[in-house]
Amino acid sequence: MPALTAEQIHQRVAAKFGEAISALSPPRKDPYFTIAGPRLVEVARFLREDPELRFDFLQDVTATDHPKEGVIKVVYHFYSYQHRHLAVAKVHLDRAKPEVDSLDGVWKAANWMEREIYDLFGVIFRGHPDMRRVLLPDDWVGHPLRKDYVEAGGYRGISNVRDNPLDQYLSLDRAVKAPAPAPVPSAVKPAEPPKGA
Amino acid sequence: MATSTDERKGYQHDPGASTALVTTSTGVLDQLINWSRRSSLFYLLFGLACCGIELMQTGGPRADLDRFGAVPRATPRQSDLMVVAGTLTYKMAIRCKLLYEQMADPKYVISMGSCANCGGLFQLSYSVVKGVDKIIPVDVYVPGCPPRPEALTEGFLRVQELVKREKLKQKQRPSRAPTDTGAGYAVPEA
Repeated sequence: MPALTAEQIHQRVAAKFGEAISALSPPRKDPYFTIAGPRLVEVARFLREDPELRFDFLQDVTATDHPKEGVIKVVYHFYSYQHRHLAVAKVHLDRAKPEVDSLDGVWKAANWMEREIYDLFGVIFRGHPDMRRVLLPDDWVGHPLRKDYVEAGGYRGISNVRDNPLDQYLSLDRAVKAPAPAPVPSAVKPAEPPKGA
Repeated sequence: MATSTDERKGYQHDPGASTALVTTSTGVLDQLINWSRRSSLFYLLFGLACCGIELMQTGGPRADLDRFGAVPRATPRQSDLMVVAGTLTYKMAIRCKLLYEQMADPKYVISMGSCANCGGLFQLSYSVVKGVDKIIPVDVYVPGCPPRPEALTEGFLRVQELVKREKLKQKQRPSRAPTDTGAGYAVPEA
């Protein structure tokens, strides 16, 4: 079977799930469609099992944060080694309480990638077998890739500030420069009267 | 017993004339101990990033750190020198401190590369320690990103110089405590 284009893939999925699938994005390198959060696992199973789609590989799961819109978008890249085609899908989540079903039951590859998103964005994947941080220490505070993340100020007593060794030279520079503007007018003014006189 | 003057005289750093200047028995003993210590500084394999690759190269046949008696060890229990080679994250910092504490005294630390020195390229990152000296005392800083094997060899020779000047009586080596004035990295108001 030949590889399907993004439009064909979208048509096939939309025909099956209707309302749960949004329109395809405007043409770009990898056009994407949005899946309604509650039906994600269903759609994913269809993508994997359907003989014409057969997405046997979950290439990537990542997320983006949009504070103005109040959403976190989880981005899925599906790839089919059998048909050599790619599909990109997004799920929009409420930023205040981002929760979505885990795809670990469909592709095992989702396990660590979802943990990483939990670690860095704070998205909770329901039904995930091991929802822990994967990169940062377990007692880390906050989710650093959120736009409104503020550093806690060090970790376990280790300071997160360091003096800039150039500061002393900067202050020397200022000490030299600061008096300079003041003498200039006074230096000019006495210089002018002698010329006039 | 040696007088303080004799002692000081004996420890003047002058590689050529050091034997002639040593006048006391403790001095001879010190010299012997320091000679054996600095000639067998086993270093802990602690490569954290790309500096670790240069560390391996330094131990390899071309730079050959082995000719100074430095052999890589895979356990802190057998190590005298810790070469912190690479970017230290907060998660790893806990382990780094633990490994340092497991080493037997006397112990030395080389901070290798910009990341280990001050956080380097990743200084403004949320997860990177702003210098190894925030958690353990550092003896020698080797600049570079990453430093060439020649630079690390030079750093190692500096550690040997430190060992050479040690005294047996002085139980604890003067180590610089991690200092932090809390001034931060931000440039002060102009």
